[in-house]
Amino acid sequence: MSQLAHSPHAHAPVSVGKVMATVMLALVPATVFGFWLYGWPAIFLWTVCVAAALLGEAATMQLQGRPARPALLDGSALLTAWLLALSLPPWAPWWIGAIGSLFAVVVTKQVFGGLGQNVFNPAMAARVMLLISFPVEMTLWTAPAPITGLHAPGFAEAWRITFGGGAWDAMTSASLLGHVKTEFTRGVDLLSSLPGYYVPHDSVWGQRAGSLGETSALLLLFGGLYLIARRIVTWHAPVAMLLGVAVPALIANTLAPAHYLGPLPHLLSGGIVLGAFFIATDPVTSPNTATGQFIFGLGCGLLTWIIRTWGGYPEGVAFAVMLMNATTPMIDLYVKPRIYGRNRKGQSLPAAPSKKEA
Amino acid sequence: MNLLNRFQPRGGVHPAGRKDLSADRPIRALPLPERLFVPLQQHVGAAATPVVAVGDQVLKGQLIAAGQGTISAPVHAPTSGRVVALGDYAAPHPSGLPVPTLTLESDGEDRWSDAAIPADPFALAPDEIARRVGAAGIVGLGGAAFPSAVKLNISRKSGVDTLIINGGECEPYLTCDDRLMREQAEGIVAGIRLIHHAVGTQRALVGIEDNKPEAIAAMRAAALGTDIQVVAVPAMYPMGWDKQLTRALIGKEVPAGGRSADIGVLVHNVATAYAVHQAVALGRPLVSRIVTVSGGAVKTPCNLEVPIGTPAQDLFDYCGGFTAPPARLVMGGPMMGHELPATHIPVVKGTSGVLALTHAEIGRPEPAPCIRCSTCVRACPVGLLPLEMATRIRAADLDAAIGLGLKDCIACGSCSYVCPAHIPLVHYFNYAKGELSARERAKLKQEATKKLADDRSARMERIAREREEAAARRRAAKEAAEAAKKAAEVTA
Ligand code: SF4
Ligand code: SF4
Repeated sequence: MSQLAHSPHAHAPVSVGKVMATVMLALVPATVFGFWLYGWPAIFLWTVCVAAALLGEAATMQLQGRPARPALLDGSALLTAWLLALSLPPWAPWWIGAIGSLFAVVVTKQVFGGLGQNVFNPAMAARVMLLISFPVEMTLWTAPAPITGLHAPGFAEAWRITFGGGAWDAMTSASLLGHVKTEFTRGVDLLSSLPGYYVPHDSVWGQRAGSLGETSALLLLFGGLYLIARRIVTWHAPVAMLLGVAVPALIANTLAPAHYLGPLPHLLSGGIVLGAFFIATDPVTSPNTATGQFIFGLGCGLLTWIIRTWGGYPEGVAFAVMLMNATTPMIDLYVKPRIYGRNRKGQSLPAAPSKKEA
Repeated sequence: MNLLNRFQPRGGVHPAGRKDLSADRPIRALPLPERLFVPLQQHVGAAATPVVAVGDQVLKGQLIAAGQGTISAPVHAPTSGRVVALGDYAAPHPSGLPVPTLTLESDGEDRWSDAAIPADPFALAPDEIARRVGAAGIVGLGGAAFPSAVKLNISRKSGVDTLIINGGECEPYLTCDDRLMREQAEGIVAGIRLIHHAVGTQRALVGIEDNKPEAIAAMRAAALGTDIQVVAVPAMYPMGWDKQLTRALIGKEVPAGGRSADIGVLVHNVATAYAVHQAVALGRPLVSRIVTVSGGAVKTPCNLEVPIGTPAQDLFDYCGGFTAPPARLVMGGPMMGHELPATHIPVVKGTSGVLALTHAEIGRPEPAPCIRCSTCVRACPVGLLPLEMATRIRAADLDAAIGLGLKDCIACGSCSYVCPAHIPLVHYFNYAKGELSARERAKLKQEATKKLADDRSARMERIAREREEAAARRRAAKEAAEAAKKAAEVTA
């Protein structure tokens, strides 16, 4: 071939960095709201996550003898850390954030070959690792104490909470799913454990104990819709994931209301909205085609519901996503777009003798 | 679902059109250049053979090189003047290799040769129209440059019933077809009717992207009272891909590896239809074409009627030269055109545009790792998985890439255009296709060599065998003679 420049001689004004930046922009409202709800400790934790991820990324690039700058600038490590921070208990100690971030960036991403090569969603893999290794720290939720409110810890106290090894059990409170699970194991059914505890309105606005970002379903939903509008993601995986949770929840709840939560509390609590719009849409670990993404989303939703309902952990999004991540290559193998002029099996379409047909 | 999607174009991208640079500039004739460099191969198929010699005086439209074989096209003198050279000259071919070229020195008179003009072109027999189209050297002017007469003949023989005229012009910057439709709609419609007549099709559809309302209006007005239907199709790239337009207009797909005739369709470009009218009704062979001169580095972008063989430099000069040193010169559109290595390269029959682009317009930063975002999958009009094919090609697994549909890729560039990681996807595919054809050539050659070798060893064996047999015969004769002698001695 000659030395000439190759076509196309034009390029859309897009880049990996811009894609990541748009996703982060979509996370801003829910994150800022989370900061307000959970105060300084949440801000510290987020900062620790981000710093650890960037350091980890830079160090691994350095070790591989590759330039660190482009990898840091593409924003992928930052986004991973951000998503992880949003899925942690907001008052978790700093080392939870640091270990999680390093695990996400170094083990889940770089060891697999770096950006685009990882099989599992780094943030979710890190969350699962933390949950298994540090179950106590990972399930201590805090009731929201808005930063402007009376009960909010001051800066110094917050510093102690995040970096000093917790003096905060006075504030703990179970998340909704955790509460249901505990009450259920005590033999209290939903009809008696829910009233007075579950108010849907609270979940919509995040006035509920939960992780840093996943508590504000509405703001996350806005962020997700923004991503769809900007064509960064398509609706397939998110809608399928929401359906995957809502449909079985509705059926089960209709059949046995005392045993199964209805679709609304499922959708509004835990990481469902965050998972549907920001995790199941992770380009690297989800399938290539719209149909594949729909199947993937449906699987994530369904598995989440199954784990929440019958599994040992109160929350299932991270496990569900990881299980579905593992099926992505298989989905991609079987779900391919139909090629022009061929049928689904890849055979050439029959030639149509024209005169007769017309 | 398939039924609903039937007429829906698949994939595609919406690149910045940049057509406003030249869309409102009426077609002007480029002043006659002093010298024209007319390549003998401007079409798909065999090169034409010159029928004039250096020093000959020629008239405009006179045959200077005749087509050879079934797929070929003749070449005519773009102006009157003298043949001053016949030799290799740089041509706008992706390989960048020089091709045999006739150099013509204009005498400034631009005198046409006499041509027989039929009183009523519609009274001509269909095969006579096809013959005249072939004799006029008309090739697909949308860029494919396939000899039009060959297409007409195939279509007539295979009973094609639908004529589709491609007014898509989906490549950014290009406005030559748009202008031609606005200004010469009558001529185009006359050409369409001639093709219609020549092939015996039952319906004729003109597909024009809906971002060209003036062209649509002009064509509708010209088509009034004929059975030609002018249809607005959604503007997207690559709507001008014949097979995409066919699907958009009639909802049928051309079978993979087949041609439009397989589903009863013949597709021609609007400029080709116009050229057919010029040739058949006015006796004027294809000696000029409309070219869009545009790009951010061109002072006054315009649409020009250019004699075939005019060096690109003349076009840029006429448009006021460059406002800034161009970062890249391109022949054709930015999506599928190829880089022009120098400005002395001539315009040929398939040249729709010459562009001088700035760095900002090209905009291709360093490639980054693929993030599997599948934007390329959504963009591909064919339904391929560009990221997967590229991964296979990078791993030198050509067979896997073929399994994913590499051979169906039309190199439209949509995937590269949208890739946020700036991966040169089409470049991979073109490279792989090159490898593939090299491999196929090598295989053919190997087979031929093997056959030669086999033949040779068979021949050698036969010779050896014959020699042996002859020796055996001689030995036997000798032995017999000796035995006879012995016997004689004994008896004696
Ligand atoms: S568009 Fe580029 S980055 Fe996205 S999947 Fe395709 S090749 Fe990868
Ligand atoms: S260049 Fe090939 S793979 Fe890329 S979009 Fe066009 S047809 Fe699809």
